[in-house]
Amino acid sequence: MAQVAERYVGRSVLRKEDGEFLTGQARYTDDLSVPGMVWMSVVRSPYAHARIKGVDVSRALAMKGVVAAFSGSDFEWAGPLLMAWAVTDDINNPPHFPLAKDKARYQGDGVAVVLAESRGLAADAAEAVVVDYEPLGAVTDMEAALADGAPTVHDEFGTNRCYTWNLTNGDVDKVFAEAPVVVKQRNVIRRLIPNAMEPRSIIVQPTPSTGQYTMWSATQIPHVLRTAMALATGIPESKLRVIAPRVGGGFGSKLQVYPEEALALELARKLGMPIKWTETRSEGYLATHHGRDQIQDMEIAADEDGKIRGYRMRLKANMGAYLRIIAPGTPVLGAFLFCGCYGGEAYQAEITGVFTNTTPVDAYRGAGRPESAYAIEHVVDALARRVGKDPVEIRRMNFMPPFDQPTQSIGGLMIDSGNYPATLDKALALLDYEGLRKDQQARREAGDRKLLGIGFSTYLENCGWGPSKIIGNVLKYAGGGWEAATVRCHPTGKVVVVTGTTPHGQGGQTTIAQLVADELGVPFDDVEVLFGDTDIAPNGWDTYGSRGNAVGMPAVHRACQKIIEKGRKIAAHELEVSESDVEFKDGKYSVRGAPDVSRTIASLAFSSWTAHNLPEGLEPGLEASAFFDPENLVFPFGAHICVVEVDSETGRVEVVKYVAVDDVGTVINPQIVDGQVAGGVVQGIAEALSEEAVYDENGQLLTSSMTNYELPAASEVPSIVLDRHETPSSTNELGVKGVGETGTIASPPAVVNAVVDAVSHLGVTDIERPATPERVWRAIQQAKGGGGQ
Amino acid sequence: MRHIAVTVNGTRHEADVEPRTLLVYFLRETLGLTGTNVGCDTSTCGACTVLVGGQSVKSCTMLAVQADGEEITTIEGMAQGGELHPLQKAFHEHHGLQCGYCTPGMIMASDSLIREADGPLTESDVRLGLEGNLCRCTGYHNIVQAVLAASQEMRAGSSA
Repeated sequence: MAQVAERYVGRSVLRKEDGEFLTGQARYTDDLSVPGMVWMSVVRSPYAHARIKGVDVSRALAMKGVVAAFSGSDFEWAGPLLMAWAVTDDINNPPHFPLAKDKARYQGDGVAVVLAESRGLAADAAEAVVVDYEPLGAVTDMEAALADGAPTVHDEFGTNRCYTWNLTNGDVDKVFAEAPVVVKQRNVIRRLIPNAMEPRSIIVQPTPSTGQYTMWSATQIPHVLRTAMALATGIPESKLRVIAPRVGGGFGSKLQVYPEEALALELARKLGMPIKWTETRSEGYLATHHGRDQIQDMEIAADEDGKIRGYRMRLKANMGAYLRIIAPGTPVLGAFLFCGCYGGEAYQAEITGVFTNTTPVDAYRGAGRPESAYAIEHVVDALARRVGKDPVEIRRMNFMPPFDQPTQSIGGLMIDSGNYPATLDKALALLDYEGLRKDQQARREAGDRKLLGIGFSTYLENCGWGPSKIIGNVLKYAGGGWEAATVRCHPTGKVVVVTGTTPHGQGGQTTIAQLVADELGVPFDDVEVLFGDTDIAPNGWDTYGSRGNAVGMPAVHRACQKIIEKGRKIAAHELEVSESDVEFKDGKYSVRGAPDVSRTIASLAFSSWTAHNLPEGLEPGLEASAFFDPENLVFPFGAHICVVEVDSETGRVEVVKYVAVDDVGTVINPQIVDGQVAGGVVQGIAEALSEEAVYDENGQLLTSSMTNYELPAASEVPSIVLDRHETPSSTNELGVKGVGETGTIASPPAVVNAVVDAVSHLGVTDIERPATPERVWRAIQQAKGGGGQ
Repeated sequence: MRHIAVTVNGTRHEADVEPRTLLVYFLRETLGLTGTNVGCDTSTCGACTVLVGGQSVKSCTMLAVQADGEEITTIEGMAQGGELHPLQKAFHEHHGLQCGYCTPGMIMASDSLIREADGPLTESDVRLGLEGNLCRCTGYHNIVQAVLAASQEMRAGSSA
């Protein structure tokens, strides 16, 4: 019998999946090729808004090595690309097809497609397609887009307003009218470019004789993609296999149904040959969806001592030129969180989605929640300054008191559990707050050029996408939010777990194996985890919204429980005792009171395979599938503290210390959790200080490549001081929450609050994000009365 | 087409290449060494870093014809005799990778950084030295820890 070690859950077990990545053996989509494949290249509009008067592919077709070329008018689609989240009944939802036919609506909108024998020839042929454009007036700014007389992105609606979504709890007008203190802030949440390190890539291999298709795609959502492809092309799901092989990061940008996926599939059908497409990075900057992009008008009403009574948010969310899969719902994911972890009596949120002539916007790590965390955590600091309180004190006096059973927030959420003072206390213990305040004061008094700032973010978020009934009936999302898992014990006792989630860097192969090894009492190395292939994995809802752990893991747990119960029946039968006399512990079934009389999962796997001696009526095999649909979301929270030095002469900001204490529920693998937090925090630091996608007034993307979009390098960011607090979630039996997005949700307000704190004594009350040296310098100059214009 | 001969991971290869072929595509598509990844088209991200004559080079900045006669090492050549290179071990132990896409380039750049350093590396040496290699998952935190650990092991190994 194999020796079973101590429990794996809760330990920093090294990742199972690492070997292939460390040695170059991992296979991402662009690493694959299929005999006879041809390369696809998309001809993209250079204009943000233009009428397409004609497309001439004849020169491309005449080139040696070019196989085919088509314009948008050459395709008939069974349906548009899937848009799964009509947040209101009266939403303006323009059908989006893979190629534009009469109008290009953003720079990068596909207007034609070519196929050629090599990557280089396809790029050359795309250049040879002649498109006759009539440029039209473009609109990129949301407020300009909503103004009378603005060019309309979709003429049929007569407006660029996509939808308006409302939520009100309590008598907001009364609370705001009566409150002695009202603090208002306008936040421009800049547009970001997700930049997963692996560019998107697709291969479609058809089998014309059977009508079957295999699609490999660098996607987070093979299951959802398969259904969406069936809807767009009419190819039945049963004939379509979608494989997400190794996927080099997603951050939401691969949670999408892209035009190129439908095009490659349709062309594979049209031509009966395998098609490959890989985006160049600069192409991806135009064609892969962007994130964030909101204008927020946030208000809070408070008593004179700073006790918050009400919250009111009016925000505009940029949808870009078309609605992508969950774009309208992305701001709604944060719409219940404008009160953060604080109490109050009244709450209102109004979200207006706006069309512009820009690349479509959709989920990017945190999706709606980084924006709402910024709104509340930033305005709470302004309230603290207004009423003359320390940012720690203002938070403490407004926290919801600790609770371990579901509790209603004024934002309308039923929160699983929370202990907000605990994470703040733990974070404060990791630095010398009083000492930092003294240092800050000393530098100010000495006229030091380098000013010190301390910023807090005691964030709350909701994640773990389901639950199906709530996201469907309350939030109007078209899909489900449950998860599925199959656990299969092979005859020799080795275990294969198949999950409906699709990990792409989160370490799911390791964490799932940890749980299964513990539950079934088998060695960690005996557990393999499969996913990401619709022919292998059970139908599931894939990986995004921090759901892999929160929703995927309980499904695995439930499948294990079914295995254990079936095993108990076989063990009782073999040991000739009643089931109630059989105990299961550490992979061993033993007779109560006679621990030496026992069976292991491995031996029962063998007995159930041969099926020579099973209890009457019991099916052979030791395999179980389970579905888990949570009753609620999960609610990670925590306290992040950022310490910055601001060079008052250049405006340059350096993060000198960053402390993150997160409560993500029960932790399966501390090292993986820390890795998720550290990575997210650095993305958020860059969001606060440098990253910003910029369009000019004609809709040309100025930050058009990695050379001028400011991604953080190792030299520009600090190491992160990490710690945790564990409040098990009451949403699932494992107590787990999600951790994939906490870092990007928590950190932007901590960083910007620190920057404002550093220069607040000069009269600076706010600094626009990202707090680039130029913006910080201008804010200082303006506060000093020197203009800075 | 131009005829070139290169030695990659100790094996000599001869091939006819289009003059415009970048070294990274020669490695990936002609030799099938797909461990070296392409993350951008502006020589910014460093995912394609390999060693040419022992020095780290972004293989998208070099034409295959320029590599004629050179000794090249890619990620596939780092483990020796079934034993992982100290950098590969350290990235594993310190959880220096998540999606793994930047990892080959990070390891090749780090190898050159450690070997070319005059003395023990500090955290800031590593952060500055890896400035040309972008990672979107880890926040660099664990990559830095991994490279510092490997640096110690490699220095101890070379002085032994």
